Amino acid sequence: MHISEFDAHTQDKQVKPPLDPHLKALENEAIHIFREVAAEFERPVMLYSIGKDSSVLLHLARKAFYPGRIPFPLLHIDTGWKFPEMISFRDEMAKRFDLDLVVHTNPRGLKENISPFTHGSALHTDIMKTEALRQALDAGQYDAAFGGARRDEEASRAKERIYSFRTPDHKWDPRNQRPELWNVYNGMIRRGESVRAFPLSNWTEVDIWRYIQAENIPLPPLYYAAKRKFVERDGMLMWAEDKRFEALPGEQIQEDYIRFRTLGCWPLTGAIKSHATTLDDVIAELEIATVSERQGRAIDRDQAGSMEKKKREGYF
Amino acid sequence: MTATATAAVIAPAAEAAPALRDTRPLRLITCGSVDDGKSTLIGRLLWDTKAVKEDQAAALNRDSGKQNDLGLPDFALLLDGLQAEREQGITIDVAYRYFATDKRSFIVADTPGHEQYTRNMATGASTADLAVLLVDARAGILEQTRRHATIATLMGIKQFVLAINKIDLINYDKARFDELSREFKEIALSLGVKQVTAIPVSALKGENVVYDGKASMPWYEGPTLVQVLELATVRSAQTVGFRLPVQRVSRPGESFRGYQGTVAGGAVKPGDSVVILPSGMVANVKQIVTFDLVRNAAVAGDAITLVLDRQVDVARGDMIATIDAQPQVGLAFDAQLVALQPGGIEPGKRYWLKSGSRRQRVSVQPSSLLDLKSGKWNRHDGALPMNAIGKVHLSFDEAAIFDAYELNRTTGAFILIDPDTNNTVAGGMIAGKRGDLGGLNNEAERVILSLPADLADKILASGLLSERRDEVDIRRTNPGRAAELLGELDG
Repeated sequence: MHISEFDAHTQDKQVKPPLDPHLKALENEAIHIFREVAAEFERPVMLYSIGKDSSVLLHLARKAFYPGRIPFPLLHIDTGWKFPEMISFRDEMAKRFDLDLVVHTNPRGLKENISPFTHGSALHTDIMKTEALRQALDAGQYDAAFGGARRDEEASRAKERIYSFRTPDHKWDPRNQRPELWNVYNGMIRRGESVRAFPLSNWTEVDIWRYIQAENIPLPPLYYAAKRKFVERDGMLMWAEDKRFEALPGEQIQEDYIRFRTLGCWPLTGAIKSHATTLDDVIAELEIATVSERQGRAIDRDQAGSMEKKKREGYF
Repeated sequence: MTATATAAVIAPAAEAAPALRDTRPLRLITCGSVDDGKSTLIGRLLWDTKAVKEDQAAALNRDSGKQNDLGLPDFALLLDGLQAEREQGITIDVAYRYFATDKRSFIVADTPGHEQYTRNMATGASTADLAVLLVDARAGILEQTRRHATIATLMGIKQFVLAINKIDLINYDKARFDELSREFKEIALSLGVKQVTAIPVSALKGENVVYDGKASMPWYEGPTLVQVLELATVRSAQTVGFRLPVQRVSRPGESFRGYQGTVAGGAVKPGDSVVILPSGMVANVKQIVTFDLVRNAAVAGDAITLVLDRQVDVARGDMIATIDAQPQVGLAFDAQLVALQPGGIEPGKRYWLKSGSRRQRVSVQPSSLLDLKSGKWNRHDGALPMNAIGKVHLSFDEAAIFDAYELNRTTGAFILIDPDTNNTVAGGMIAGKRGDLGGLNNEAERVILSLPADLADKILASGLLSERRDEVDIRRTNPGRAAELLGELDG
C-alpha cells in the first residue's frame, strides 16, 4: 500500500461522527482479539457466514489490520441451501475488499443429496454444517478460527470463552474450559488442537445493529423488508421462492412484506412480517421487539440444550 | 451512618461525583449463593430491563413447567445455560449476562457462590469494576460474604453494593437492614474498601432492583440497584503514564511500519517521546493511525497503530511507554496469585507467564498464603493448592516489564500457563519489583503518612517510589479512621 492511497482513504472518512463510547469500547476489544490471534497462531481463518454478525466481524477485521490487508482467509461453509442473495452479496464483498475467500461444501452431503426437507433439520445441520466445517478446518490445517458468535444469543453461549479451546476432533468440553482472566488470552495449543476465537462475545443484537448504522456497513438485502413469497409452517414463516420448495397439502403460498432477523439455510430460517425497509426502521423495530432473534431458527427448537449439543460436536 | 438509613454510603469523601456520566459499559460481578436468591436477582434485572424476550421465557416455562408465585418464569433456568447444570441444579462456571437501561449498558459476570469455585470468582472479578454482594436478610453476613469481598478487593474492585435480599421475608425491618449494613461496613473498612452502598432488596418482588420499593419501604431513601450501577465509574488506567504492549508489527509495504496494540494506560499524541522496553531505545511518536482517521491523540483502551519517527527494533511482546514515567523492568518481582487448577502451583516449577502480549518463562516461589476465613496472610513456602491465594516471588530468565496491579490492572496482571498441559493455572497481580536488598532494610526507621487518595496515587506512580514498591505498605481508609490510627500512635 502506498501512503498516498492511505491518505486519500482517511480524508474520505473525516466527516463521520465519532462512535459513542459504548460501541467504541466494544470495537476496541474486538480489534484487540483479532490482532492477538493473528499474532499468536500460525494459520488463522475467519468463518464468514454472510449475515449481519459476519458483516460486522469482517468490518472489524479490516479495521484491526489497517493499513494492511486482512492476514488470513475467510471460510464460507456453503450448505447449498443459502438464499441466492447471500451468495451474490458474499462474492461482491470478496471482490470489493480484496478478500482471500475459501468456499467449502460437504462432498458427501452433495453426493447423498442431503436436504433439510427429506432428512430433517438436525441431520442436515450435522452433515452440511458441522461435518463440512470440520472437513474445511482439517483441510486448511487452521489452528484458530474466528467466529461471530455472541454470548447473548443463547444460554450455552453465555459461558463460552473468547478463546474457546477445541480438541483435535473439534470437540468442545464446556465443563473443562480454560479460565480466562482480564484480557490475557492463552493461545498455547498442541499440534492438531485449535481455538475458536469470538471477537463479538460481548456484543448484543442491539449493539450489532447500532454499529452497522454508525459505520455504514453493507448488509445483504434480506435484512430489509420486501414483498416476498412464503408459507406459514409450524409457526414459522418459510421463504417459498426457491424451485426446491414444495408446499405441503393445505399450505397457501402468500406474498407480503417480510424480512429476516438472522440468515441461515432458507428452509430453517423464519421470516417476520415487517415494513422495515431502512436501517433506521429495523433498529426501531428491534427496540420494541418482544421475541429474541433466534426465535426464527428451527435448529434451536429441536430440543432443550440443542445448541450445547451441537457445539460439543463441533458446530460453530 | 445516619439515623435515617439512606444508602449507607461509606466514606464518599474521596470520590467526587463525576462531572459527566460515564457511558462506557459497566462490567460487574455478582457474588452470592443460590440460597441468597442470586439467580432471581439477575433474572429480575434482565426481566425488568426487558433483556429477556417472550420466546426465551416461553422456552423456560416449557422446560420447567413451573412458575414462581408471581407468575414469572424460573429465572435459574434462564441463567444456567449448560445441560449439566440444569440436571444438577447448580451453577458451575462463569456466565456473562447483558442488559441495558436508556442510560448505560451492563456486562454481568455471574459466578457461582460455592467455596470450591474461588477460581471462577477471580475470573469474573478480573474484568469487573463493581461487585454486587448478595446476602439473605434472614441469614445475614456469612463467612462467605467476607470471602467474596476479600477476593473482589484483591482483584482490584473498589466499588461494592451490598444487596440485602429477601427483605420482604423480614417484614421490611429497617433495624435489621441497618445492622447488616453496619456489619458489612466493618468488613469493608478492614479491606480498605472506600465505596459501599447497601440496598434493601426483594429480588422476587422486584423492589429496589430496577423499580423502587417505596410502597413497602418508605424508610429507605437511597438508590435502587440499577441507579447505583448507572452512576458507577469505569477504571481508566490513567494514573500511570502511556503504555502500549505491542501485539504485532504491521508492514504492509516498504514505506509503512506501524506498531499495533491497545493502549494500556495513559495517553499519547504525536511528538511524544517514548521508550521501547526492554531494550531502552528511545524515539518520538510520528503518527497515530486508525482505520477511520489519523488521530491527534489516543487514550487508554484505544486499539491503535503507532508510527515512530525513526527505525528502531520493536517486536511483539515489547512495551512502548512514556519516557517520563516508565514501568518497572527487572528479573524478579513480587506478586499475588490465585491458583486455578487441581494441580495447584508448584514451588520452583517453570511456567509460562503471559502479560499483555508478552510471554516468557518464570519460576514461582510461594511465600505466604491467605486465610480467607480471617483475612490473615500466613507464612507458606510449599505448593499452592487449587483455589488458594498466595504471595509469591517471580524469577525470570529475561527482563520482565510490569506496573504494580494497584496502579494498572492491565500491565500489572498476568496468567501462568503450565507447559505440560498448556492450561491456564493461575491468575496473578504484580505487587512490585523485588528490590536487590531483599528486605535488608528492615532495621531502618519507618515513616507513616496519611494522604488524600489522589496525592497518594500520584506519588505511587512516580519512578522513585515504584522502584521500591515492595518496601512500602499501603492501606486505604477514610479520614476519620486515619486520624484515629495516628492518634493511637501518639498516645
